[in-house]
Amino acid sequence: MERCGNAPPDDVPVVLAREGQHGPVIHAANRVARIEGIIPGSRVVDMRAICPELQVEYADEAGDHAALDRLVLWARRWCPWTARDGDDGLILDTTGADHLWGGEAAMLVEMETQLSLLGLTARLAVAPTWGAAWALARFGPVRTVCGPDEVYFKLGPLPVAGLRLDDPTLLLLRRLGLKTIGAVMDVPRLSLTRRFVKAGLQANPLMRLDQVMGKLAEPVSSVETKPVIRAQARLAEPIFDPTPHLPDLCEDLCAQLKHAGLGCRRLHLTVYKTDGDISHVDVATSAPTRDPAHLHSLFRDKVARINPGFGFDLITLAAGAVEEVQDKQTRLDGGADDDLHLTRLIDRLSAKFGPRAVTRPVLRQSHVPERAEAQIAALADCPDQAAVLTKERPLRLLDHPEEVRVLYAVPEGPPAQFVWRRQTHRVARYAGPERIAPEWWTDRPGTRLRDYFKVEDQAGRRLWLYREGLHEDGRGGDPRWFVHGMFA
Amino acid sequence: MGSLCMHKALAGQGESPALMPHTLAEVFPVTPTDAAGIGFVLSRLPRTNAPILWVQDRLSRKEAGRPAVAGLPRDRPVIMVDLSRAADVLWAMEDGLRCRSLGAVIGEVWGDPPALDFTATKRLALRAEAADVSCWLIRRAASPDLSAARDRWRVASLPSAPHPHDAQAPGHPRWALDLFRSRRAKPGQWVATYDRAADRVDLAAPARDRAVEPRDGAVRERAAG
Repeated sequence: MERCGNAPPDDVPVVLAREGQHGPVIHAANRVARIEGIIPGSRVVDMRAICPELQVEYADEAGDHAALDRLVLWARRWCPWTARDGDDGLILDTTGADHLWGGEAAMLVEMETQLSLLGLTARLAVAPTWGAAWALARFGPVRTVCGPDEVYFKLGPLPVAGLRLDDPTLLLLRRLGLKTIGAVMDVPRLSLTRRFVKAGLQANPLMRLDQVMGKLAEPVSSVETKPVIRAQARLAEPIFDPTPHLPDLCEDLCAQLKHAGLGCRRLHLTVYKTDGDISHVDVATSAPTRDPAHLHSLFRDKVARINPGFGFDLITLAAGAVEEVQDKQTRLDGGADDDLHLTRLIDRLSAKFGPRAVTRPVLRQSHVPERAEAQIAALADCPDQAAVLTKERPLRLLDHPEEVRVLYAVPEGPPAQFVWRRQTHRVARYAGPERIAPEWWTDRPGTRLRDYFKVEDQAGRRLWLYREGLHEDGRGGDPRWFVHGMFA
Repeated sequence: MGSLCMHKALAGQGESPALMPHTLAEVFPVTPTDAAGIGFVLSRLPRTNAPILWVQDRLSRKEAGRPAVAGLPRDRPVIMVDLSRAADVLWAMEDGLRCRSLGAVIGEVWGDPPALDFTATKRLALRAEAADVSCWLIRRAASPDLSAARDRWRVASLPSAPHPHDAQAPGHPRWALDLFRSRRAKPGQWVATYDRAADRVDLAAPARDRAVEPRDGAVRERAAG
């Protein structure tokens, strides 16, 4: 569907091939090749016999798939509800969106223009149902607009292949002499029901007909639910930097939020590039807000990460995860709310340094020191099961305990002298030991227990030292000593 | 040698510290791995339940560890910000000082980065005074060069006080405090004893011998000779 570089000229038959069961088969063919009689699905060697000057290239099916998925999102410039339809189609639910483009016929012209600017050939149709649009786009006249009561007349002359049936059913219908959709429509309903009573949707002409006529519902499920509240800026020419447009967009969005009585927790900035691609920048806030200056400040360093490509001509700013907020006045003079300032501070820090850099440590119920602390989000509620501490704990903890070299071990208590970070410490006084056994429900088997000592060296530095294991505990060699923290 | 409450000792101009505005102060631990500076800072923070914004750069965290919640003197919320560069630490502190609902802002910077110059400290000091939030900059392995901090402390550990029940164990921690530059109080040196249970610091003038001057002993030499 989409190839970079030099496209082959229009008068050369070119086909794309994919691997079949007995060698490569035709995946798709261009117009000249189809005129020459190339049938998609047949083997390449057979088609070479028909058309010796055939050029064959291998199809990139995964790449086409991804490109079509991108095109689905790109097509949301016309309406908010789009989905992929098979391997080669898009379905757009344009209900209520056509008048923005000057009617359905003008909308189709606009779509075809924009798609041809991308280098894509498109066949478009508007119809009341998905099935009717599918058939009219593939087998109907160019840019058909089908009203709600014209489905019967417009689809009647089209071939039965327009009913989205599988190949055995099409073969069966052809053998029965039913060549057009109108012929199938004229067959009595009871006969069709009796003939295809056990067939599934793909092989059931009656159900497909009901879908075409709108008697059987076929909803379009879009890729994701779009946020309702959004502001957009359409630009006359492609630009590369969205920064000058951001304040206006933020103000517009916040006005809409204020009108709806909502505040947003997430913001999606989307730029629609001229080369058919889109880029996102997402920011999140820790509390619902609708302050344009604050929202604008969250994008401060992020817009530089947008890859503009060849420029973009449409910027939208959408509010995701909206919540209701009420204006609160905390002081008589209409002063600001202090809590709000704290949430804004957290937002600014999280937006600049990432949400993982801003945390709040809380106590957890565990005796092992490195597990006694949990990192939660900065403004999250503290869990209720706060642990009660009975023993003195150091003011600082090292992330990884550092092993010390024992110079002078004594049988009881901590070593009399040890080297930590290339400095000799002589233990003047100590308190302990405090024995902390491994948590057997979490730790690996063979984990050794720890005896913690608070030691004070000759200069008065107070360290938290522990011995891992005991002599003759059968879990390794001699016990080792580690520094784990510092007391004040 | 009487033990004085810190309030009286610091009130060189007869002003109570409750009325002194919160501002920027720098603490230089004599040994980088020593937690005495942290203990001193925590004992000087205003006694409220407002959260503390605690900003650390990567080297401080790696070399001197992170603050442990279990060891903090009072149960007050801490918002930790782990950053990698000193310039980011200063940015985060400055942003935090715009928020009046914070109890304090504590920043830890390792060494003498170029970002931490006189202008940066002046910005922090002005912001802290404008918002009336106390701001502490803990500088390890740093030289006390030009800075706009209103108070500059040098803190070291001393052998702790005797334990009341166990002669072998360390008791209340003691620190050597050196206020070597201050705008609002008289510089001086103290020995502080920190009572963890009461969260209270007692100060005493250091009882040590005077330094030997070059002329000392000359008279006796002449008399002997």
